[in-house]
Amino acid sequence: MLLKRTSYKWIGLFVTFLLMIGFMCASVIFGYADTTWRTAIDSFTHYNGSNEHVIIQKVRIPRALIAAAVGASLAIAGVLMQTLTKNPLASPGIFGINAGAGFAVVVAMTIFSVHNMQSFNILAFLGAAFAVISVYIMGSFGREGLTPMKLTLAGAAISAMFASFTQGLLVLDEALLDQVLFWLAGSVAGRNLETLISVIPYMTIAWLGSIFISGKMNIFAMGEDVAKGLGLNTGFIKIAIGILVILLAGSSVAVAGPIGFVGIIVPHLARAIVGMDHRWVIPMAGVLGAILLLAADIAARYIVMPSEVPVGVMTAAIGTPFFIYIARRGFNAR
Amino acid sequence: MTSAIETKNLSISYGKNLIIHELDLKIPKGEITVFIGANGCGKSTLLRSIARLLKPTSGTVILEGKAIAKLSTKEVAKQMAILPQSPSAPEGLTVLQLVKQGRYPHQTWLRQWSEEDEKKVNNALKATRLEELKEKPVDALSGGQRQRAWIAMTLAQDTDILLLDEPTTYLDLTHQIEILDLLFELNEKEKRTVVMVLHDLNLACRYAHHIVAIKNQKVFAQGKPEHVINRSLVKAVFDMDCEVTPDPLFGTPLCIPYGKGRCILKEVVISHG
Amino acid sequence: MSKYKNLRLFNGKMSLLIDRKAAFIYTTLAIIAFVVFVISTGLGEMKINPLTVVKVLLGLGPEMETLVITSFRLPRIIVALTVGISLAIAGAILQGLVRNPLASPEVLGISGGAAVAVVGFMSIFSDQNHSLTVSIAWLPLAAFIGASVMGVLVYFLSWKNGVPPIRLVLIGIGISALMQAFTTFLMVTGPIYQASQANIWITGSVYGSNWTNVAILVPGAVILIILAILATRQLNVQELGDDVATGLGDNVQKHRFLLLMLSTALIGISVAFAGTIGFVGLMAPHMARRLVGSSFEALIPTSAFIGGILVMLADLIGRTAFSPLEVPAGVFTAGIGAPYFIYLLFKTRNS
Repeated sequence: MLLKRTSYKWIGLFVTFLLMIGFMCASVIFGYADTTWRTAIDSFTHYNGSNEHVIIQKVRIPRALIAAAVGASLAIAGVLMQTLTKNPLASPGIFGINAGAGFAVVVAMTIFSVHNMQSFNILAFLGAAFAVISVYIMGSFGREGLTPMKLTLAGAAISAMFASFTQGLLVLDEALLDQVLFWLAGSVAGRNLETLISVIPYMTIAWLGSIFISGKMNIFAMGEDVAKGLGLNTGFIKIAIGILVILLAGSSVAVAGPIGFVGIIVPHLARAIVGMDHRWVIPMAGVLGAILLLAADIAARYIVMPSEVPVGVMTAAIGTPFFIYIARRGFNAR
Repeated sequence: MTSAIETKNLSISYGKNLIIHELDLKIPKGEITVFIGANGCGKSTLLRSIARLLKPTSGTVILEGKAIAKLSTKEVAKQMAILPQSPSAPEGLTVLQLVKQGRYPHQTWLRQWSEEDEKKVNNALKATRLEELKEKPVDALSGGQRQRAWIAMTLAQDTDILLLDEPTTYLDLTHQIEILDLLFELNEKEKRTVVMVLHDLNLACRYAHHIVAIKNQKVFAQGKPEHVINRSLVKAVFDMDCEVTPDPLFGTPLCIPYGKGRCILKEVVISHG
Repeated sequence: MSKYKNLRLFNGKMSLLIDRKAAFIYTTLAIIAFVVFVISTGLGEMKINPLTVVKVLLGLGPEMETLVITSFRLPRIIVALTVGISLAIAGAILQGLVRNPLASPEVLGISGGAAVAVVGFMSIFSDQNHSLTVSIAWLPLAAFIGASVMGVLVYFLSWKNGVPPIRLVLIGIGISALMQAFTTFLMVTGPIYQASQANIWITGSVYGSNWTNVAILVPGAVILIILAILATRQLNVQELGDDVATGLGDNVQKHRFLLLMLSTALIGISVAFAGTIGFVGLMAPHMARRLVGSSFEALIPTSAFIGGILVMLADLIGRTAFSPLEVPAGVFTAGIGAPYFIYLLFKTRNS
């Protein structure tokens, strides 16, 4: 834990928050068409319909806001899942939630030809919910009940299953593949603000909800039996975490497609800075997650300029070495 | 007394932690030897190193006169069998299938079920009284029965030496006695050398011919329990004040700790043992 | 004991213990597999009755039917059967190595590696007109190389004083996710036609199998299957845990590596000729275990035939149920997977 005293933690959180704002500004300014801070402010105060102002208002700012919101949501979802499953490598991606929500969205676009924003979101939540329940149940088969290993394997299986179904649908319709492919890679580019606005209520509820139960999560993390002994209603907590994860991951997938690894890495970074207390980890993870995705998105613009790498590929590229490092270092898989 | 296994200058570390330091030990042939010591003193580590499950940092383990590091793992398996702590069998594996595995070091891909194999497996099942249960899945048995199945596997391996790492932990008293009685019988009848780690001092005193107390990365004391176990040893090794008195059934040392509890004696009788 | 049969030949130089009940089960499955084979060959746009199919197989059939069967249907169904058997055995081996019945080839990232290789192959070797500059016959090799490289890579990344199963699984999953990201990246940056083709391949299909494919696949698979059968004892002992296995005289790390490579090779050739057909490696051994238990002498043949039946059925449904559309078999293996696990859930809900 880097910041041991409470006062340091407050300062740390504040500084990180400022850093996030900084990255959001950088996201607005840097890219294929570099612009300046002045121009950005002008686009608000003296909007004159010029190319630059349009780009800033319609492309860069939504993109920065989406990256921040999705990054924060995925990171918090990762913290919740890692505590729930006692698996330091848990995340919505690993557990098939992204794949489930992704499948639901593809179904929405094909079979139901849904373009209504709200239904889109509801379907993403349903897909995420279905994945969560399936993984939980599948991981409970057999003698020892739920163990981290079984959850991991079940998650991989469910993830593969949804991926197969999604691919199957796409095989039948080449035009659809074209439409969906970029989305399936996970990207914060090319999305519009309306999409974000439609999910913001869910995300906000989930963020607040997570902070609200963060104290109880500290107790839950001590182990099921110990927590019950201390009077915690573990069943309620598990359901609450499940719902929060579904809201967070489902919204993120609905807006930006399946983006992986943010949920795995960021909780570890947050814990390294502020320790194991969830009341600090959750807000810190949120802010760090936003920064990570913003940074990845900025980098994604430069690597194969003038075209772009989808941010989901960036997070995979950054995240995998980190993931391997943690896996090799070993952990107490209870 | 010849030694079945010897260690010379054995040192074992986990990363930077030195667990065992330059330990010399001779394990007598044909007897039951028990390692005792406080939690974390390294008795399991020592046993596992002797079993070649752990590579020592320095020093040698000598099996029947030859350095174990120079022998192939299969050769070692023909002379020494090990039952690790909390072994787990795959779901659905039957007792017979488990015990059959004990013949692994004696088989080749062509010769997978010779008459010898069949005989040894049947003898192992008989010795552990599991003949009736041989078709049952291992995970459907009681704790004591399951442990007997694993011991049967090591018996089928047909070795002179049997190593067991805490074979009675997690078993209730009845099953603990069941297992220890079985091992005692095997040693009596077949003269197999048995080496085990036990955490219960009193049971160790009752069943061991040779007891080895581990402390501070070395052997603190060893010998016949009645010669070695006394108040000062228990205090030194376990940091516990106790009375050591002869067990009323067996006469071996019985250790009774001081402390709290309901005292219903009219007078306190102290014996000088 | 009539439950078992001792098989001893050559004056005891060769001996084997056979479990009668298990033998009965896998022999029955073999017969079912044959029946499915015959019926599947007979179904399609031109329906041919099973008896005629058998006649054709014996070389005594009428000309028209013989042509249809030998040119189009047989290669495809043989590939389906072989791939099903190979994937099932690979899955059984992995489940034994990882000591967990939920392990599967998908988990180790091997299929992911093959997918990247295939999409990469298609992007690199095409010209401005988006047609392949190199013969498509090289595609299976690319897939096999991709699978093998991934298998070795995952193993070595997991190696630190040995390879504990959980680390192997975690790193496999991580690499798998990375491969998926790369595949999508390559598909996104290339032309849509390529992406579409790649996608079909990834979903897993035996469409377009020909006799050349069979000539390479079948002998390769047979050799690997024989190796797997020879490794039965090692597999059985690995399932007992590293400590017990070492105590019994097994060279645990060496055998784990070799078995992993064997499994990778089985997956590699399957994936080379049929794309990434998922779930067979997970379901077939899982079902087999419920029928014949965990001992590999029975587990290998039982999983093999279940796997073969599954893929043949999936292919059959894929090419007939949505006629004239061809749905890749991979969709249906996943489709069978879902109800199977729901059924399992139902059965174990009281435990």
